[in-house]
Amino acid sequence: MKHALYYKSKRFLTNALIHIFLISVAITCLYPLFWMIVSSLKTQDIIFKDISLIPHQFHFENYVNALKEEGFGRSFVNSVFYTSSSVFSIVIIASLAGYAFSRLRFPGRIALFYMFMAAMMIPIPASFVPLYFLLNKLHLRDTPIGYILCMISVGLSVSIFLLKTFFDRIPRELEDAARIDGCSKMGIWWHVALPLAKPVLAVVIVFNALNIWNEYILALIIFDSRKFMPLQVALQIFQGEFVTNYPLLMAGLTIAALPIIIVYLLMQKYIIKGITSGAVVG
Amino acid sequence: MKIKDTLENYVFVLPAVVIFSIFYIIPFIWVFQLGLFEWDGISFTKVFVGLANFKEIFLQDNNWWQSIWNAGYITLIALTFQNILVFMLAWACDREIRMKNFYRVIFFIPPVLSEIVVGMVWRFIINDIEGANIINRMLAAAGFPNLMHHWLSDPKTVLTTVAIVHCWKGFGWGFLIFLAGLQTIPHQLYESARVDGANAWQSMKKITIPLMIPVMVLVAILTVLGSMQAFALILGLVGGEFAGHTSVPVLRILASMRSSSPRFGYACAQGISFGMILVIISFIQYRFSKKGQ
Repeated sequence: MKHALYYKSKRFLTNALIHIFLISVAITCLYPLFWMIVSSLKTQDIIFKDISLIPHQFHFENYVNALKEEGFGRSFVNSVFYTSSSVFSIVIIASLAGYAFSRLRFPGRIALFYMFMAAMMIPIPASFVPLYFLLNKLHLRDTPIGYILCMISVGLSVSIFLLKTFFDRIPRELEDAARIDGCSKMGIWWHVALPLAKPVLAVVIVFNALNIWNEYILALIIFDSRKFMPLQVALQIFQGEFVTNYPLLMAGLTIAALPIIIVYLLMQKYIIKGITSGAVVG
Repeated sequence: MKIKDTLENYVFVLPAVVIFSIFYIIPFIWVFQLGLFEWDGISFTKVFVGLANFKEIFLQDNNWWQSIWNAGYITLIALTFQNILVFMLAWACDREIRMKNFYRVIFFIPPVLSEIVVGMVWRFIINDIEGANIINRMLAAAGFPNLMHHWLSDPKTVLTTVAIVHCWKGFGWGFLIFLAGLQTIPHQLYESARVDGANAWQSMKKITIPLMIPVMVLVAILTVLGSMQAFALILGLVGGEFAGHTSVPVLRILASMRSSSPRFGYACAQGISFGMILVIISFIQYRFSKKGQ
């Protein structure tokens, strides 16, 4: 019989090795972001010479200059506007549809639902080509509304799926009570179903917000005018043809990355829940 | 009354169906239609060429197959290196250890960033200006100055560098899915295996891996779909196709559409061919998993 101390020290050693492994991966995750923020506070002369992790002087004016550079500040406002208006529309439109697919009866219900689901399964890597042409025809290319409509349609499938499966699982008693009280269908959706769906709505909001804030390809082909461009496309203005102003670029990247990191840290519970439920269903 | 009731029900799905039909279904159908035409995207006349675009893709377009090969190389590294690492990470985090939640939160930070931002940040970290490359400095400091290298400007190393940064950005997805899968395995199974005298490796081989096969297939399919279609990361990291060394299918499609003599029909045909390849790979993986069970 081996001594208890043997097992205790073996266990301690295993745990220590596991923590070293996990911590080194965690550092690899955080280091580039840390370095991005540190470099955004340096000046162009010292950015490649001074490799200290804490800069000697904090040049916060880089952020002011980055926001002034060729309308980058405007791009920030654009990104906030595109993300919030698209997410708001997706929440309303997808929860209406998800509720109907779960609760209401009408011909074509199943076929329409499968149309949305099929879109989640089939990859169409070139759909941006005809989308460009379509928006041109509708005179919606190079307009914010055209971009927002595209973002809504991209987010609908998954959002409808999440909301429908949620409504399928909740009991109908509350809605029945509201119906007896004389509430209309829309009234039930608004006063009963939506408040109940808060946890899944959080998942829908976070996922779509991440997606739209980070979207690149459609913004690239839809917008010609700089004044409409969201952050992800506007970042290219810092990459000069001959000389890149690195502190300014790093400040720009921080401006593009920090809001989404903060949203993630505040809402990470819902993101993990969304992936977990999606993985179990898949 | 009945009809009015049904019409009222349609109102609920109407906005979703209208927006989705116009901005998703119509472009989807047009891809297949336009693939049969030669068209510059501007002029009124489209020339019907039948399957000529597809013939050109399959028989003549070497750049296209180079881009498929490059994407396949990135995918292969993600499937092996990234997913093995991710499985080990998830396995380590499934145990009774402290700071579990901390690791989980940190590992998912790279996936919430955009590909462009990740590409540009890493380009700055491993860029080649005046030997200021941080990775190189670390190699030198660790005593391996002969390993210092211009990672992003050498055609031999640029694609591998792209693949590794891609793994850095994407591993958090697989990690969370694996962890969710591992947590569904009842702990009594491990307990009874231990009572029967099984060691850690045996219970991994006999319990964990067989039960995780469906999750592994899911992660593999998501890895293939994500890695084959990655492109914005390359724009941020390398700046473009680097004379074909870092070209990938989506960048090729974009190039067909945005070149000085644009070919919209050809771009659509490329998209269809690429979409088919993705569907076939996913289907094979799925069938493979059914057989394995």
